[in-house]
Amino acid sequence: MKPVTDQFHRLARQALNNDSLRTALSRAVVSFESARVDAIDSMPDWEDMRNHGHEIKKRAVDNLPVALETFEKQVRSRGGQVHYCETGADARDTILSIIRSHKGSRVIKAKSMVSEEIGLNAYLEDAGLGVLEGDLGEYIIQLAGETPSHLLAPAIHKSREEVAELFHKHLGSSPDADIPEMTDVARRTLREAFLNSDIGISGGNFAVAETGTIVLLENEGNIRMATTIPKVHIALLGIEKLVPRMTDLATMLRLLVRSATGQHVTCYTSFISAARTAGEGDGPEELHVVFLDAGRSGVWVDPASRDALKCIRCAACLNFCPVYGSVGGHAYGWVYPGPIGSVITPHFVGIEKAGQLPQASSLCGRCSEVCPVKIPIHDMLLDLRARSVESGGARFHERLSMKIFAWLASSPRLWRVLMAPGRPLYRVAVRMRLVKLPVGPLGKWSRSRELPLAGAPAFRDWWMDHGRGNQL
Amino acid sequence: MVRVLRHYGIEPEFPGDQTCCGQPAFNAGFRGEARQVALHFLSVFEDSEAVISPSGSCVAMVREYYPELFNDDEKLRARFHDLGHRTWEFSQYLTDVLGVTEFPGRISASLTWHDCCHSLRALGVREGPRKLLGSLDGAEFRELEKCDECCGFGGLFSVKFDEVSSRMLERKLDCVENSGADNLVATDCSCLMHMDGGLRNRGSRVQTRHLAEVLADALDTDANKPDGSSAS
Repeated sequence: MKPVTDQFHRLARQALNNDSLRTALSRAVVSFESARVDAIDSMPDWEDMRNHGHEIKKRAVDNLPVALETFEKQVRSRGGQVHYCETGADARDTILSIIRSHKGSRVIKAKSMVSEEIGLNAYLEDAGLGVLEGDLGEYIIQLAGETPSHLLAPAIHKSREEVAELFHKHLGSSPDADIPEMTDVARRTLREAFLNSDIGISGGNFAVAETGTIVLLENEGNIRMATTIPKVHIALLGIEKLVPRMTDLATMLRLLVRSATGQHVTCYTSFISAARTAGEGDGPEELHVVFLDAGRSGVWVDPASRDALKCIRCAACLNFCPVYGSVGGHAYGWVYPGPIGSVITPHFVGIEKAGQLPQASSLCGRCSEVCPVKIPIHDMLLDLRARSVESGGARFHERLSMKIFAWLASSPRLWRVLMAPGRPLYRVAVRMRLVKLPVGPLGKWSRSRELPLAGAPAFRDWWMDHGRGNQL
Repeated sequence: MVRVLRHYGIEPEFPGDQTCCGQPAFNAGFRGEARQVALHFLSVFEDSEAVISPSGSCVAMVREYYPELFNDDEKLRARFHDLGHRTWEFSQYLTDVLGVTEFPGRISASLTWHDCCHSLRALGVREGPRKLLGSLDGAEFRELEKCDECCGFGGLFSVKFDEVSSRMLERKLDCVENSGADNLVATDCSCLMHMDGGLRNRGSRVQTRHLAEVLADALDTDANKPDGSSAS
């Protein structure tokens, strides 16, 4: 997917002016938020669990090369195949050649953000294959010709009224269909596709190194079908999805599901360690695990960024982010939106292209507060801002004003001398509404906020009369 | 703030050389400039027994980020670390250092409380101010929906991303007006400035007030002033 991460301002404005997006987002975000809060209130040891989750992912990430080897050995020992791909293009080619070697023509996909990252659908379609998304949200997006705007709920930006219209156009349901009717129509179409596809492509929530197992969570059952019915199952994962041991899942699954949807457990949890073995009644004939690097090893070798690889894509930081809640996911201009997206995207597409994203945060810290594996997201945004400045990303006027600011703020006499007349002048400007003129940053700022009146006297002057020894 | 501290027998000093904590530079990624301002802060406040601020965000800067800015200099880092331990957000100084649980005084007003992001998440200020406000005679405390959601200020963020910030402010102020309270109280001057600007812009009757102002007013209207002093 081609990044437009340098367009945040434009895309955010577009999103802010979209009333239907506003309705859809506020409905969905509120329900995600309250579900998570309820789920966590019922767990008194939530903080201990977060610490444990953090430790597990730290161990996994720190020992990533070994964990990958162990995983691979386990999968191979049961006849599965493991592919490592350095770039998105490598992964696309690898997947296409697997499909070609089986003479596959119809691909059914389970939800996978990594496949969005490498633009898999378009690539396979260009190669003449039929590709259908099996996840309801992804299917909606595919019909609309759009991209996901959330890690878990790809169609979160669409109101149900818009979906009804879309289904009416493409699937012939009634224009004011309710959710059960729409689900029913989608199910009939998709069920047919599940039964007739020869290739199933999934992502993976975790990859357990110890046993060589891919773990997949879902509520709809499409993943179970996409990984069971077609004769070939291809699982596409980022290399950061590893956890060391099966027992780690006791913590990781609880953290992920509660943070993501507020459920205690998802409707389906699939553990896939091999293709169909002798004596088994179902399952694919072949299993391929495709691991994607695409910038991840670069993050891995950078000590200040490595924490980003701990992310388990629960999307809690999106759901709780007031910026995401205002502009939605498309404003971020690439696959991974929200606070964690602003951390990882600059690493994947380049800070020079995505430098705006770490700036697009009020640094309220809610993302770090809700992260189930304790990634210090807002501190990482600060770090990226500093890197951007160090690498010359700041504009001349910003560099100059910061230099002047630091000079004044460390020159107390000058500071006082300038503040004394500055204050009355500012008061006059506010009174005369000069600052409300629609020019410059203050003019923009004061469209939705009045500027402070700056009370008189200034505290410094008040203190002269009321300070130590002078109190009334 | 001075009025309240004096009530507890503390006579504060105001070093005239103080300027800014440097957070605007730090948040914008200008770490060299932030270090320069931090060193000035240290030169002004290092000898103080305690540093008390009416802005949690500035305190968070001193406590959390000053030491980090000097990771390459163990001695300076230790000095900043030490200073950070003596730097307090106003309400936290009252509740955690002075051990105030109930505040004497009365006020006849309905109040709601906004949790400022840095006070809440970096400093852990949550229950303290609610208890202080709740203990005032005559105060009607109303909990704010989404009390811990950012008002959209974020310093330069509100200038650089003015429109996104305005939407965040709008969401916040909708909750404030829905609370039905006449006064919006918080413990960070900059968030208050932002929300006050928004409330005046929409012609709201809700007044914004810093916690210290509310407490000082309560002391002034208290018939039985324990220290017998008059208002200042």
